[in-house]
Amino acid sequence: MESNQAKNSLLSSHDNIQRTQYPYVTGTSVVALKYKDGILMASDMGGSYGSTLRYKSVERLKPIGKHSLLGASGELSDFQEILRYLDELILYDNMWDDGNSLGPKEVHNYLTRVMYNRRNKFDPLWNTLVLGGVKKGQKYLGMVSMIGVNFEDDHVATGFGNHLARPILRDEWREDLTFEEGVKLLEKCMRVLLYRDRSAVNKLQIAKITEEGVTISQPYSLKTFWGFSAFQNPTVGAEGSW
Amino acid sequence: MFRNQYDTDVTTWSPAGRLFQVEYAMEAVKQGSAAIGLRSKTHVVLGCVNKANSELTSHQKKIFKVDDHIGVAIAGLTADGRVLSRYMRSECINYGFTYESPLPVGRLVVQLADKAQVCTQRSWKRPYGVGLLVGGLDESGAHLYYNCPSGNYFEYQAFAIGSRSQAAKTYLERRFNSFMDSSRDDLIKDALLAIRETLQGETLKSSICTVAVVGAGEAFHVLDNETVQKLIDAFEIAGGEEAPADAPDTAAEEGGTADQGAAAAADQGAAADQGAAADQGAATDEGVAPMEI
Repeated sequence: MESNQAKNSLLSSHDNIQRTQYPYVTGTSVVALKYKDGILMASDMGGSYGSTLRYKSVERLKPIGKHSLLGASGELSDFQEILRYLDELILYDNMWDDGNSLGPKEVHNYLTRVMYNRRNKFDPLWNTLVLGGVKKGQKYLGMVSMIGVNFEDDHVATGFGNHLARPILRDEWREDLTFEEGVKLLEKCMRVLLYRDRSAVNKLQIAKITEEGVTISQPYSLKTFWGFSAFQNPTVGAEGSW
Repeated sequence: MFRNQYDTDVTTWSPAGRLFQVEYAMEAVKQGSAAIGLRSKTHVVLGCVNKANSELTSHQKKIFKVDDHIGVAIAGLTADGRVLSRYMRSECINYGFTYESPLPVGRLVVQLADKAQVCTQRSWKRPYGVGLLVGGLDESGAHLYYNCPSGNYFEYQAFAIGSRSQAAKTYLERRFNSFMDSSRDDLIKDALLAIRETLQGETLKSSICTVAVVGAGEAFHVLDNETVQKLIDAFEIAGGEEAPADAPDTAAEEGGTADQGAAAAADQGAAADQGAAADQGAATDEGVAPMEI
């Protein structure tokens, strides 16, 4: 027993001996893109408990400071922990009271350092984060994963969004989308995710961040269509079989 | 200053509310060789007088690069200055690593000031005996600060510290109104002239002074001897010909010179005296090659 503990403590942080974590309550994809005036980000409001869609009013998009917007997928309690870290960071930044402020690039890099450091201690924060913002006219959109992989792009997504939403965005995203076009594009991505991702729920929020600030929409639902002819009489080809 | 019974410890107040050890530390700054700094909207120039003790030695390094966007010129105990420069470099690098962004000059200066303040409130420490002119660029523009051994710091349009700095200050006071809109070359010219003022008649040459520049799109660097000597020759020192690099800039400068009032510098309350103009008038464009690093 003791020797096992001693061995483990070499590989992980001192107080809580952990090697791997398992996420318990998780959020699914976040999708975001740059548009004319800033960044648009969308996520649904689901918190899954394994395969159960247990919580349906989880806000996974949060404003950070004056210039940034954070979206998270993965373990929700770790997301809340990250929000506390960022709260402290922004507080100290404001306390300087000197006209300088941390922009989205700085927050993104700070998060990368945090995530990578935790990964090195074998005690990761089980999240994939999307960080977007505008500062002094410069738009910024980046992503950090739970192992510290980070990059910037014109459009990003987490989890299933990488497989289902990004291909749509690669085809249809262009520079200087208007707000309406951006929202339509995001809704198209979210609709595909709703049909095909089993942990998606039909209640989503879209957030926008521009030079003026952050606006997060009220939760709403997407219209879906299930009237496909293939869904009528599904067993017509093989009566009696399951 | 005279010795008295309240000046042994930095943690002893005098009945008049003074900390003599701190004031003695500021005295050490006044004894060091001169350093000057001036800034425009887009550039900061730092300069210092660098006289070697003997022909056999090289001169002391008084200007340090702290980061691509920040540099510092010191006067006083250069060893203390070196140590503080190392601290500043460390802070800049750590901030850059965490945030991938340059540390704002204003924040570095506050950290430095807080560090200096600690030494004025511990019985087992002594104040740093060095004054620092910190020049740098950040999002909010070009800045020049002066950090004092007392832990105070001030922002300046132009300033001079060290021995015979009053002469340089007088020169800067006469001309500081034009600095904000000065071109890079005019700013360097003014820096050289300010340095010359502290030399009290001695010829200005690149072997006894050091000049450094930082600007928008230009990382902080010390100009090498050759470049400085070329500038000294182009601008001409002991009241000879003129010709700074670009004609339009000289025109602006002439306009500035014409209406110098008895304007006080950002820090001083003393009235400036007009005196014989140390700066040249007529513009003869020599077409001096642009500065390269």
